[in-house]
Amino acid sequence: MTTKQLNKRLSKKVQSIQPSGIRRFFDLASSMDNIISLGVGEPDFVTPWNVREASISSMERGFTAYSANAGIIELREAIAHYMSSRFAADYDPETEILVTVGASEAIDVGMRAILDEGDEVIVVEPSFVSYAPLVSMAGGVPIAVGTNIDTDFKVTAAQLEAAITSRTKAMMLCFPNNPTGSTMNREELKAIAELAERHDLLVFSDEIYAELTYDEKHVCFSSLEGMKERTVIISGFSKAFAMTGWRLGFVCAPPDLLSAMLKIHQYSLMCAPTMAQYGALEALKTGMDEVYRMKQSYKQRRNYFIKSFAEIGLTCHTPGGAFYAFPSIEKTGLSSEQFAEKLLMEERVAVVPGHVFGSGGEGHIRCSYATSMDNLEQSVERIGRFLKRF
Amino acid sequence: MESKAIELLRIIEGNGRVSIPTLAKMVDATEEDVKRLLQKLEDDHIILSYSAVIDWSKVDLNEGVTAMIDVKVTPQRGVGFDQVAERIYRFPEVKALYLMSGAYDLSVVIEGQTMSEIARFVSEKLSTVESVLSTTTHFQLKKYKHDGVVFGEGEADRRIVVTP
Repeated sequence: MTTKQLNKRLSKKVQSIQPSGIRRFFDLASSMDNIISLGVGEPDFVTPWNVREASISSMERGFTAYSANAGIIELREAIAHYMSSRFAADYDPETEILVTVGASEAIDVGMRAILDEGDEVIVVEPSFVSYAPLVSMAGGVPIAVGTNIDTDFKVTAAQLEAAITSRTKAMMLCFPNNPTGSTMNREELKAIAELAERHDLLVFSDEIYAELTYDEKHVCFSSLEGMKERTVIISGFSKAFAMTGWRLGFVCAPPDLLSAMLKIHQYSLMCAPTMAQYGALEALKTGMDEVYRMKQSYKQRRNYFIKSFAEIGLTCHTPGGAFYAFPSIEKTGLSSEQFAEKLLMEERVAVVPGHVFGSGGEGHIRCSYATSMDNLEQSVERIGRFLKRF
Repeated sequence: MESKAIELLRIIEGNGRVSIPTLAKMVDATEEDVKRLLQKLEDDHIILSYSAVIDWSKVDLNEGVTAMIDVKVTPQRGVGFDQVAERIYRFPEVKALYLMSGAYDLSVVIEGQTMSEIARFVSEKLSTVESVLSTTTHFQLKKYKHDGVVFGEGEADRRIVVTP
């Protein structure tokens, strides 16, 4: 079949969406041996054993059937308690919490629940690669607002306001941020809250990295005064509990939004995997010590990484959360893609070029420090050697 | 104790070979501060020694045998268990010694080249110590985990190389 014939079979919407820029880089890096990868967006810890054991036990006891669409009630209650005690955000487990297949599904059903054709969603970038495509697939129009290193990749209310039109329905935020590691404090978030109120906008706050906040206490967007009714909190177990492969996330939202999302979730997914839900329940009941232990380890590695970058002359803001550094490579004169490719070929270090994360990402590379200290020390040495060639 | 000292202790407990410059960066302190803290921890006998965890079963001609011995003793007036403990831990064969709650009093870990060497130590040296009432010897068959370290090949990094 010719490409033209093939294309006829596909929807125009899907064809208009570009595959993730990460994909090409993944193919390149996977074909090489002996590389040190700073390209992995997930913890280097295996899921804590008590969580794995609880999931195995649930299968032994025969909990292999569908669960309630919104997730097992014990887990929703545990999530409610967790959100309240950790982040002062109160949600009713019966009507305001939905257990999803990863945070990605939560974003997907959230966008599909609110968007009509042509509605706009402001996406703060650089960002996780899924936001804009999920907005598009839900019929919306993603409007990128780029941040930059001058403001430590924080977004300001003025920047957001400039992007608001009569079609704007929501703003999509993610702090602590992937790929920049940037965080926003209460005062900075309050300015955005005031803006949301004034323009009657919804706020999607992806707080999947909330536990991995190193210098200041994380502020949950819906805990800000008046914000709960217009906020969709997206979170999950992947990052803090090292459970990426379990595909288990959750969303907290006001009842009207949540029931709309539940409707989509019920028809497309039915429910999140039952055995994963039992693992997650154990994670919330007994896993917090492990979370703190892992967090401490990330923080030490961050400190090491940022100070080492300064020593080898790589400009980088101090990321307050997540497990990424996002240094500028502008003074090499290379684009981020050229830099990443050359670094991979010449020094066998894999990083992700910043441009794949959207507006504001060009001129930077994302380096994940969720890898061993040995790997970090070696990668610093190699990147240092590489930079001397410019 | 200052929290940086505790952080340092936790790091070097897991890996005693982390260099001073790396430690300094990890805990966000100067190299001089780290040196000073470590020196103080050594002077205060909080850090007692730096050692490696070794799987001797993989070293040829170095098989060795380890036994854990439960010892019941009569405590002595004025010194309790300390004096008898001291008489036991001074033997170089004794790798570890703990005072225990429960059915027996002292737990002694002995390393030797052969089972008969350990049997000889128990019958000739340990059970003849004054105030030792009885001993029960358990030989270790296989080491799975020691000092928080799992023996064996370890788990490979199963993550794919680049993910969003």
